[in-house]
Amino acid sequence: MDKVDKPSAAARRQFLADTARMACGVGLLGLGVGLYARHAQALPPAAIRPPGALAETEFSAACIRCGMCVRDCPYDILHLAKPEEPMSTGTPYFVARQLPCEMCEDIPCVKACPTGALDHSLTDINKSKMGLAVLVDHETCLNFLGLRCDICYRVCPVIDKAITLDPQTNARTGKHTLFIPVVHSEHCTGCGKCEKACPTEVAAIKVFPLYMAKGQLSSHYRLGWVEKEKAGGSLVAPDVEHQYNMPEGMKYESGKGLSGSAGAVSPAPTPAEPVAVPKAFQGGKL
Amino acid sequence: MSAPLPVTPLRPGAEAIAAKGWLVAHKWLFLRRGSQFGILLLFLVGPWFGWWIVKGNLNFSYTLNVLPLADPYVILQSLLARQMPEKLALIGAAIVALFYLLVGGRSYCAWVCPVNLLTDFAYWLRVRLGLKGSAHISRPTRYWMLGMTLLLAAASGTIAWEMVNPVSMLHRGLFFGIGFAWAVLLAVFLFDLFVMRHGWCGHLCPVGAFYSLIGRLSLTRIKLPARAACNDCMDCFAVCPEPQVIRPALKAIGGTPPVILEANCTNCGRCIDVCSKDVFAFGTRFNTTVAPMNGVPQAAPK
Repeated sequence: MDKVDKPSAAARRQFLADTARMACGVGLLGLGVGLYARHAQALPPAAIRPPGALAETEFSAACIRCGMCVRDCPYDILHLAKPEEPMSTGTPYFVARQLPCEMCEDIPCVKACPTGALDHSLTDINKSKMGLAVLVDHETCLNFLGLRCDICYRVCPVIDKAITLDPQTNARTGKHTLFIPVVHSEHCTGCGKCEKACPTEVAAIKVFPLYMAKGQLSSHYRLGWVEKEKAGGSLVAPDVEHQYNMPEGMKYESGKGLSGSAGAVSPAPTPAEPVAVPKAFQGGKL
Repeated sequence: MSAPLPVTPLRPGAEAIAAKGWLVAHKWLFLRRGSQFGILLLFLVGPWFGWWIVKGNLNFSYTLNVLPLADPYVILQSLLARQMPEKLALIGAAIVALFYLLVGGRSYCAWVCPVNLLTDFAYWLRVRLGLKGSAHISRPTRYWMLGMTLLLAAASGTIAWEMVNPVSMLHRGLFFGIGFAWAVLLAVFLFDLFVMRHGWCGHLCPVGAFYSLIGRLSLTRIKLPARAACNDCMDCFAVCPEPQVIRPALKAIGGTPPVILEANCTNCGRCIDVCSKDVFAFGTRFNTTVAPMNGVPQAAPK
């Protein structure tokens, strides 16, 4: 037994030592690559994926970095990320401020993708969600300053849906109107034309990846007016008629506004009619 | 130690050049360089001149809008990261896998991979500069690397290895902008030049390890129809990037038939070039009747 076992035991020890050495060395390298890959998971704010791109984690599993989308983009807006850029090496993106997506109707980049990292079920470019435009700077947006710039509104390929102009009173002058560009996430494709066209030195409206740009209500929130419309009527007991506490002699009527004068003594300050208690509350123990 | 070899100032292949002429003694080397540069050129004439013969890169390419080719290794990582590619990529991967089953798995390394140009240059320079000594990492380390990259894909749910893979970095970089990838490639070059002989391609690269798995079954192999004529000049060992693959077939160790079945033979054909006795030839893995050691050598299969 011993004669046979001794050399094989030594060999086994050597084998185990070699194996452990390799496993540890390669494992360390793997750890490094894994951590590096993890850091690159979040897309930097200025990098917008091509139309139809899967969510970032799935995208970095499906995209094989072949650059076919880059080649088939007729406007040459797409780049493949270089190793020094803070995203998955070799994956495609564009920077809206440099060159925005032209939203080709036949979406050649998606068709070129051999793996479906750009989802082939996207056939209507207006349904794409490359990112979301956000009017980030209310201090420098010319429309906020009271000018009729409107450029973002006018260059938007989904005009009057993705960006609308919302009239608001100009509190500074007191008599003019501000036309505030408002982005509607339901229609915005994230093409970035607005960011590209914004005439200020640094764009006041920018396109960000969806995960950065879009908020989300808590799931238990209900919008009263939406629920009311769904139900076809108010879901709560009718409003109590509003009581105004006016100085004596003053009166407020809905639609007419204030009347009377503060000095006049009302003839009979009888208490108002008893408040009609909503039926829902009658018999309550409050 | 055996008796000291006769000191010879001749570089490997000198005998073959004398016997066969310079051109014949470099035939496969030139064909191989032609293939490597030719493939790069095919990809480059697109971005350079707008002649789109082939689009994409080694991970996936589309030739003349009919032939999809995909790297089965990267597709495997994508699958392990739980993403099912579209049909085109799967067809491409199948075509490539079948192709290398025919021509030899690691033919990819010798005939296609752009990093081979870099590491071959590093080795050439290493010999020229007379740099001796080499770090020791065992050759099977590449399979640990392969396992690590596959595990990483499964564990991270991303194709993590593509973040740093020098092979795709170089190939992609040449056509899409290289950025700082040059630093990674310089590291590979310097590693091969100063740290370790045949370090990257011969010991570590998981891409080569993957293709060697295909090579286990592949059809085209180096045969040794005239192994009896071997005069032990050792030139083939000197030029072979994977010299361990030669010995069993050349010396008929354990009754090994005269064909190199080792998966890590890259089918580079340099051994054919440098052998003045024409021991080696391209052939298939089949019909490997053992030539009698002292008998008449078989004719080289054409």
